[in-house]
Amino acid sequence: MLNYSWLILLFPAAGAVINAFWGRRLGRRGVAVVANLAVLAALIMALIMAAGVRSLPAAAHGRYELTLWQWIGVGDLQVDLALLIDPLSVVMALVVTGVGFIIHLYAATYMKLDDEHHPLDARRYARFFVYLNFFILMMLTLVLANNFLQLYVGWEGVGLASYLLIGFWFHKPSAAEAGKKAFIVNRIGDFGLALAIMWLFFLFGKSAGSLGFHDLFAQLETLSAQNSPALVGITLLLLLAATGKSAQIPLFVWLPDAMEGPSPVSALIHAATMVTAGVYMIARTHPLYEMTPASMTAVAWIGGLTALLAASIALVQTDLKRILAYSTISQLGYMFLGVGVGAYAAGIFHLTTHAFYKALLFLAAGSVMHALHGELNIDRMGGLRAKLPRTYAQFLIGAAALAGLPLLAGFWSKDEILYITYQKNMPLYIIGLFTAFLTAFYSFRAVFRAFHGAPRDHHLHDHAAEQPAGMTRPLWVLAAGALFAGLIGIPAAVGGLFGVEHSHLLEAWLHPVFANVQTPHLPAWWELGLLGASSLIALAGLGLAYARYVRQAGWALRLQRLFSPVQPLLEHKYWIDEIYMAAIVTPLRRLARFFYTFGDQTVIEGAVNGLGRVTAGAGVAVARLQSGVVGLYALSLLLGAVGLLGFFLLFG
Amino acid sequence: MSLPTLDFSLILPELVVLITALLVLIADLLWPRAASRGREQAPAVLALAGLILAGLLTLLAGEWSGATLQGMLVADALARYLNLVVLLAAALGLLLSWSYLPHFSTQRSEYYALYLLAVAGMLFLGKSIELITLFVSLEILSIALYVLTGFHRGQLAGGEAALKYFLLGAFSSGFLLYGAALFYAATGATRLADIAAQNAGGFYMLAGLALFLVGLGFKLAVAPFHMWAPDAYQGAPTPVTAFMSVGTKAAALVALFRVVQAAGSVPVGVWATALAFLSLLTMTLGNLAALRQSSLKRMLAYSSIAHAGYLLVGVVAGTAAGFDAVLFYLFAYAFMNIGAFAIASLLERPGFYAVQDAGIHAADGLFGRRPWLAVAMAMFMLSLAGIPPLAGFFGKLYLFAAAVESGWAWLAVAGVLNSVISAYYYLRVVVGMFMAEPSASAHLRLPLPASATLAVALTALGTLLFGLLATPWFQGISR
Repeated sequence: MLNYSWLILLFPAAGAVINAFWGRRLGRRGVAVVANLAVLAALIMALIMAAGVRSLPAAAHGRYELTLWQWIGVGDLQVDLALLIDPLSVVMALVVTGVGFIIHLYAATYMKLDDEHHPLDARRYARFFVYLNFFILMMLTLVLANNFLQLYVGWEGVGLASYLLIGFWFHKPSAAEAGKKAFIVNRIGDFGLALAIMWLFFLFGKSAGSLGFHDLFAQLETLSAQNSPALVGITLLLLLAATGKSAQIPLFVWLPDAMEGPSPVSALIHAATMVTAGVYMIARTHPLYEMTPASMTAVAWIGGLTALLAASIALVQTDLKRILAYSTISQLGYMFLGVGVGAYAAGIFHLTTHAFYKALLFLAAGSVMHALHGELNIDRMGGLRAKLPRTYAQFLIGAAALAGLPLLAGFWSKDEILYITYQKNMPLYIIGLFTAFLTAFYSFRAVFRAFHGAPRDHHLHDHAAEQPAGMTRPLWVLAAGALFAGLIGIPAAVGGLFGVEHSHLLEAWLHPVFANVQTPHLPAWWELGLLGASSLIALAGLGLAYARYVRQAGWALRLQRLFSPVQPLLEHKYWIDEIYMAAIVTPLRRLARFFYTFGDQTVIEGAVNGLGRVTAGAGVAVARLQSGVVGLYALSLLLGAVGLLGFFLLFG
Repeated sequence: MSLPTLDFSLILPELVVLITALLVLIADLLWPRAASRGREQAPAVLALAGLILAGLLTLLAGEWSGATLQGMLVADALARYLNLVVLLAAALGLLLSWSYLPHFSTQRSEYYALYLLAVAGMLFLGKSIELITLFVSLEILSIALYVLTGFHRGQLAGGEAALKYFLLGAFSSGFLLYGAALFYAATGATRLADIAAQNAGGFYMLAGLALFLVGLGFKLAVAPFHMWAPDAYQGAPTPVTAFMSVGTKAAALVALFRVVQAAGSVPVGVWATALAFLSLLTMTLGNLAALRQSSLKRMLAYSSIAHAGYLLVGVVAGTAAGFDAVLFYLFAYAFMNIGAFAIASLLERPGFYAVQDAGIHAADGLFGRRPWLAVAMAMFMLSLAGIPPLAGFFGKLYLFAAAVESGWAWLAVAGVLNSVISAYYYLRVVVGMFMAEPSASAHLRLPLPASATLAVALTALGTLLFGLLATPWFQGISR
């Protein structure tokens, strides 16, 4: 059954190729059908793979490697094109294809209009779905890779898809700029990944003979000491790569700008799937991190600080999609925190629930954007509840799950991360808990500002209308996920109350992958107490938002005034873009200009022009030799023969 | 006196090709007006059937071993791979001729008969282990190709090219024959095995090998014996160029390999060093000249000279791995080079073949009009430039790796640097196809005949698969 797993790559590839070449002839409807069927087929394949992994014999440790063919074989190095099918990669494949399918469905309707709400022509419509299917293909390549090189291929591939899709409205300068920014910032991270792979090959490649994950991890036994400098270097480089792709400190600056892409792209690539690649990679390479506690600590701190920083910026943003972008960065910070404290299963759990509710929020925001003809500023909304009842309900469910209201998806997964952090690192637990409060506040700030109260722009409000069923219907599936996806990870302490053993289904499912990782546990009543604390914090955030934005309570306004000195700091996002501009971009530009004027124009161009002149001269000379006169050709032949003969007789 | 051993089973593929050539001629005599009754493609069908049958016989023959015809021909693994390369190139070139030929000539049967004779010459050359057989095989393929080069009758460029090719070819044959005579003078033998067994040294052997290198180097278009190639490749009908640029090289390389092995008494340092310099000269000259061409076909002609230089690297390495790499490269080269020429032949304007040959900008904007063709051409160009994961990359990888392993690191470095230079003119075509606007009339009437389309599809598939499945193929060759 698992032998046919390669089909999961074939379907989206076929979808992309068909739409690339026959998209115009198929028309918009045909394109949408092809693209959607491709992802649906991949989703079915992922389900079949899940069943296949379940029925693997115990001796396989839940792992199945399918070698498609030997890709590179040079000397001692052998790199296969092979799929690693295990519980972790199957979960990722399910998230990618499952959420991806819903987003494809939504996009089929959404993309009929361009960014200025004119009908989008069939050619560009097809191009959009080619990119989207290509993205699915590359994301699956990434998560199903069994070796670092193949992971790198997928890593670069999703980066390319992301670049193309952010800049999809390339006639808008801001979109083109955002695409460029995302690409360049990601280059820094990708560079880290490339270096890490080379270093790993340098360390273990000879003895392992491959770049396969498990071949390399098997070599780790040769290292006795923890925190060996080389391994710390490698894991930190991998972390750098992860901070680029997953928008963490210091490389998170590209993600908010990436919202220039169409909303389905924001939902699929910049919320649900691609940005989680860094979390996945750290979970996948956890044997390396388990050997380097120092790097683990770095991962946890970067995650915790990013969560706090991004959540604080989200407090004051007025662009609906930007609020969601910062909340994505913040939630990714939680996932990093999770894998950083060794709670890999919890990190993947949060990744899964987040995929549902964040995709839901982005798509609902897309519906709002379409209803308001492109307006995303929540200061100009208000009172949309009555106009867009379905979208309101969907956004509300998403926001509640994001806020971590008790029993919703985000609650269970975030709390599990906090629970383990509590035992490992108290300062980070406090940061995480505080961030949870901020999260609840900004989530409901967005809800209340956009949907409640009186309309602030009557013109916009009067023309707003609920979106077609093609867009609202798929969202109910995501809404169901946001409500109930947490049920796959009920902590044992809660399960115990109801007499259910092994209530944490996801942890049990992932157990073969993380079998060697010990997660500490506290008595059940303690865990329940922490759950209660989290619930109270979330409700407090909700309450404050309600008091401030719905009731306009005097004390809440006074509280806001108390914090007004920090407001500019938050509104300008801590001036991080400006700092990067002044500290990195401008000096780099100056350096580049120096190299350009001195290095390039003087030295290199001098050399190249010189070489060019020589080449041109040689070309003229060759051309003159190649005069077409047979006698000269024969002379060349003769001279060559004499030269060769002379050489042989001289040296023989 | 013992009876000569005549085991014809070992040369069955060659015989099939020869007989097919004769059948094509006879058929034309027996049914002279077949063409008028809508059977104008009958000779092509017959020729293609012959090539396919020969290919199947080669494939099904299993492990060949042993000499035949009194030790003049040998059927071994080397010959088997050569057979496959040459027959593959011939079949692909034939598919191109199918739709190309009607535009400039009505004499189909002569064309196909000569074409098949050239194929037979190449196949025999690959099996020759005796000096006279080797020379005769070389002449069979050469004379057939001289005529094919000038097959554009009534057109000056073709005739001029054929004449130059013929005159210089005759000149170079003289060198080769002189080399053979010197070998005989040194050893009194004409069989390569006997020559090797004598282990004679001295002036005659040295000079003989040098002159052999001149003669074979000419066929390979190795600088400075390459001067005929740009004119001949440009003037010849494009399908012939596509076929001969691969087939002749393959056969001559196998002959070169056998001769060098036989002249074992000549120090390796001497011939390998000489070949290394020839290789360096050839690839550098080919690439530099290709930079400046304004005709697509002529650019490909110079690129093909550069590739002769790369191929020599494998011979210089002198190891089994080196020659395995050459064989792999020949397969890769057959696909990507014939593919590139196939596109060039499609870009030439119908009715004006070769008169108005495809300029360097002929492919501009092709992606907008014929996306599949543009994608295929991009693959050929990238593969010729040696960019992974296509066949050309792995071909170069194996060649240069073999060179490094046998201590020719500087030659490998030179080869890599040359690849960088070549990327410029290959990528220029790609950029033009995808980025540039087509000139107003270009491609509007671009004909897309089924046979040529099939050839493009097959070569593109081969270029891709030989890249993706490089390792298994290479291991297959090594075994």
